[in-house]
Amino acid sequence: MQCEILLPVPTSNSSDVIVVGAGMVGAACAYYAARAGLSVTVVDRGAVAGGTTGAGEGNLLVSDKEPGPELELALLSARLWQELTASLPPQIEYEAKGGLVVASDAAGMEALRDFATGQHKAGVMAEEIPCDRLGDLEPHLAPTLAGGFHYPQDAQVQPALAAAHLLRASGARIRLGEEVTHLLTQADGDLTGVRTATGTLHAPQVVNAAGAWGGELARRAGLDLPVLPRRGFVLVTEPLPRMVRHKVYAADYVADVASGSAALQTSAVVEGTAAGPVLIGASRERVGFDRTLSAEVLRRLAAQATTLFPVLAGVRAIRTYAGFRPYLPDHLPAIGRDPRMPGLLHACGHEGAGIGLAPATGLLIAQLLTGQQPAVDVGPFSPGRFTSVS
Amino acid sequence: MARTPGELVGARPGTPFEITVDGRTVTAMPGQSIAAALWGAGILAWRTTRNTGRPRGAFCGIGQCYDCLATVNGEPNRRACLLPARPGDAITTQEGHGHAGLGV
Repeated sequence: MQCEILLPVPTSNSSDVIVVGAGMVGAACAYYAARAGLSVTVVDRGAVAGGTTGAGEGNLLVSDKEPGPELELALLSARLWQELTASLPPQIEYEAKGGLVVASDAAGMEALRDFATGQHKAGVMAEEIPCDRLGDLEPHLAPTLAGGFHYPQDAQVQPALAAAHLLRASGARIRLGEEVTHLLTQADGDLTGVRTATGTLHAPQVVNAAGAWGGELARRAGLDLPVLPRRGFVLVTEPLPRMVRHKVYAADYVADVASGSAALQTSAVVEGTAAGPVLIGASRERVGFDRTLSAEVLRRLAAQATTLFPVLAGVRAIRTYAGFRPYLPDHLPAIGRDPRMPGLLHACGHEGAGIGLAPATGLLIAQLLTGQQPAVDVGPFSPGRFTSVS
Repeated sequence: MARTPGELVGARPGTPFEITVDGRTVTAMPGQSIAAALWGAGILAWRTTRNTGRPRGAFCGIGQCYDCLATVNGEPNRRACLLPARPGDAITTQEGHGHAGLGV
């Protein structure tokens, strides 16, 4: 056996921290934890980016967030994404394309103006674009719109590739196709690791980055975390030349995101990709983990997209995919230690913003894992906020 | 004499008709796909790829691989292996995505 181990290395099933979930958030937790000096094992019952990460559009948005803790997280993430882009390969398709939010009438424009004014105080750049200048930014936009706001800080990545490359860069041990069935605790309640279908992995700290399935993982630890799946469809066109320059969306998207209703909501979100196809979203409905294709949702997405970009009526939609956003009732992620089981940290529930918010989430989790002061106040993201504390 | 699929099954096809490929006249049989008619005329490529401009024609022949895309009567991205030829069809070599006019 050729073996020149100079440093003591952990045995293959023991590490400082186990991250459950090989999506974007899990990859970011693994990356920042490893950078903080921890040995990391990432375990996922499926493939890298096999859940919500692989079913999104890769949006890194500040434009849709009102001032508050989520926007603070998004602004930190926007900076971190710029750093990551410098060290990750170009295949992650990071593009600082900017966002363009458009309104169909004067009332919608006034609402956008109010929203942007509040965001501006929180550090978001936004420029009002009168209707006669919309065509300069997006030549194919319908000429009847009232105007819009341009958000230069919005960006995009190819989410599955970004997660995969970040995970590779982390150097973490990766165990795929291995489902966590139990969290293991000592008699005194201290966490000691996880049991999977094929064995036992040891670590004093476990990060729940299971996304829409984060509530199920918490249940396997005997804990309640009210993560619910919020389904969305994306309609994909045939490959096209660059004909949509920004992430373009209608003003009512922000209200849809903030809604707590389980009923179907759709609003037009249109963006090009480096590979050519235009992606058309966005729908939201809470129907459990039901993947059944909904022709009604696709019809609405297509109709709303062609209202914004009439030219899309003449191109083909070639496929569609659905995913489940990890929804928490107050639309904020759960980031931090579970007060009921301190070795367990949650990093899930980012709803439709997980790709954008992943780096800041990973950084905060790494700081909590190593006992450092978190870069932003994690109080609003406390996983304990859903349980009545006696 | 070479046996053809038509002879093997004793087919009695209808009257051949003409289509054009980049202006060149090609004979097609009723029920024949555009790809089959082009192959019959010795034409193997009728599209160039988006990124490197390489030639492409029919590959799987059953509508799955999308390699055989062609511009038919001005409409790009038609699968030549599935589309039956019709009298007078005008096929043009498709360059890339075939939507160059939409670029901004």
